[in-house]
Amino acid sequence: MMKKYNFAFFDEGSKREIRRATLKAIAIPGYQVPFASREMPIARGWGTGGLQLTLSLIGRDDIIKVIDQGADESVNAVNIKKLIISTTGVQDTEKTAEATLIQSRHRIPEVELREDQIIVLQVPLPEPLRTIEPSEYKTKKLHADQDYNGIWLMLFEQIMKHGRMSTGADHPVQVHGRYIMAPSPIPRFDNQKLNDSKTLTLLGAGREKKIYAVPPYTKVQSLAFADYPFTVEDMSAKVCRLCGTTGVYMDELFDRDTEETYYQCNDVSYCLQRENKEMDDLR
Amino acid sequence: MHQQERPLLTIKNLNKQFGCGCSHCRDTQGHNLEDNYCPVCGTVYACRNVSLKVYPAEILGVVGESGSGKSTLLRCLYFDQDSTSGEGYIHGYNEGRTNIFTETSQQKNYIRNHLLGMVYQNPYLGLRMNFSSVGNIAEKLIGAGNRKVDFMAARAQELLAAVNIPTYRMKEAPEKFSGGMQQRVQIAKALSNNPPLLLLDEVTTGLDLSVQANVLDLIKVIQRDLKIGMIVVSHDLAVIRMLTDRTIVMLNGRIIEHGLTDQVLEDPQHAYTQQLVYSLL
Ligand SMILES: Nc1ncnc2c1ncn2[C@@H]1O[C@H](COP(=O)(O)OP(=O)(O)OP(=O)(O)O)[C@@H](O)[C@H]1O
Ligand SMILES: [Mg+2]
Ligand SMILES: [Zn+2]
Repeated sequence: MMKKYNFAFFDEGSKREIRRATLKAIAIPGYQVPFASREMPIARGWGTGGLQLTLSLIGRDDIIKVIDQGADESVNAVNIKKLIISTTGVQDTEKTAEATLIQSRHRIPEVELREDQIIVLQVPLPEPLRTIEPSEYKTKKLHADQDYNGIWLMLFEQIMKHGRMSTGADHPVQVHGRYIMAPSPIPRFDNQKLNDSKTLTLLGAGREKKIYAVPPYTKVQSLAFADYPFTVEDMSAKVCRLCGTTGVYMDELFDRDTEETYYQCNDVSYCLQRENKEMDDLR
Repeated sequence: MHQQERPLLTIKNLNKQFGCGCSHCRDTQGHNLEDNYCPVCGTVYACRNVSLKVYPAEILGVVGESGSGKSTLLRCLYFDQDSTSGEGYIHGYNEGRTNIFTETSQQKNYIRNHLLGMVYQNPYLGLRMNFSSVGNIAEKLIGAGNRKVDFMAARAQELLAAVNIPTYRMKEAPEKFSGGMQQRVQIAKALSNNPPLLLLDEVTTGLDLSVQANVLDLIKVIQRDLKIGMIVVSHDLAVIRMLTDRTIVMLNGRIIEHGLTDQVLEDPQHAYTQQLVYSLL
């Protein structure tokens, strides 16, 4: 029943090739490095970019955590985690602080990450300039020339129309004062966590065959105008119904019985640890 | 009158060819070409040894038949196309001492955003048709490093008012505008950074006569009030006569005649120019 795979699914040559692209990505913060995205037993567009990064990096001593929009228990997260464990036999955890390698979709955990950890973000659309320029050849040239007028114009137009920048998730950032990068569809709330982070952030897009990175302690600026500053989702007045926390990213929910709106930490493991009083020393 | 003045723009021996050339056409001074085209290898010599100067606040006309290389000349000057060889110097960039054609594309962007304005024959090349008109102008300001929304919006509205776009239509996208309005938005955009040099490619072609007159008046007013140097490309001699101080005549990629516009049009020297001028009388 068990088919025999190499450790971490891929042969060593494939892993080395992905790691080589990763090293290049780290050397040029925010620059999208093309790589030969492999076929996976998971459909492209379901986290295969992140998964390839994870599998190329993982060692026997790693402790893996996989989250999907803040939840360790979601079907996608569980499937990815199963594949990783069954091909490596590594330990897994739901506790952010215990993990050495974290693969995530659309969130950066609330617990501050450390130098000895790596976070891998799954990316659906790696090209921040795609909405204004459909041609890959041209976006490459725009990046090379640092010609970012188009994306600034897009933000300008949002302000003209709505009175503010209306990006939801995936608000573009400039990395190390050079490349403009899509941070993947994390909420604006998480953009600030990328700036000067202690941890290495790797981003992988399987369908689009791109890897990019933010090395530790790198300046990551969310694009904003002098008179229209960048703002994050306001969480200050929201209290989690389960753990009582404020100031972390919350989901807004609706209770049909009481007809009340209530809030809950989006980062489920964080919430659980708060509830169990495991977190007091961590925050 | 220009003798003591320093030119705003100097172009020396600009060449632009499409294709690599072959032993039949290379280094033959064009003797083996059919018009501007090598019948053996298919290379088009669109601009050949073009040299010119534009002085501050002067309007230089470029006239010539279809295919003579007028648009290619402007596209090379605005770096939309890489020139094959030649030198260009613009006052305001390294005091006119650096050949702009061999600069990096980042520096070319700088020159384009700070020192040049372009109005394309086809407004679809010069505007983002589905962005607001205000945004189209802001893009040029953004390119020059501006990051203040309120300033840019105000500047855009001021310029659009100057080219007679009604206030209530300024946030509309140019795709909803008439051809004449689109050209006026292009002109407003080109002017946004107060460039010393404006490049205008057949701005009135395809417009109704009354709209043409309106756009030409606008250009005259801009030149009078802002003292901007311009290169006006047209195959319409009436436009050249009305707008320009000096004129160059192009044929098959080469300048065959140049002089004061009145002289060129009253007393053309080259047989081709004579034919061009007299056929219109
Ligand atoms: N991208 C290209 N590839 C090959 N040949 C080209 C290209 N662009 C222009 N040409 C050729 O270069 C020559 C000059 O063209 P250009 O558009 O500059 O002429 P023009 O004087 O502006 O003509 P018009 O009055 O019709 O606008 C023509 O022979 C044209 O076919
Ligand atoms: Mg033309
Ligand atoms: Zn040839």
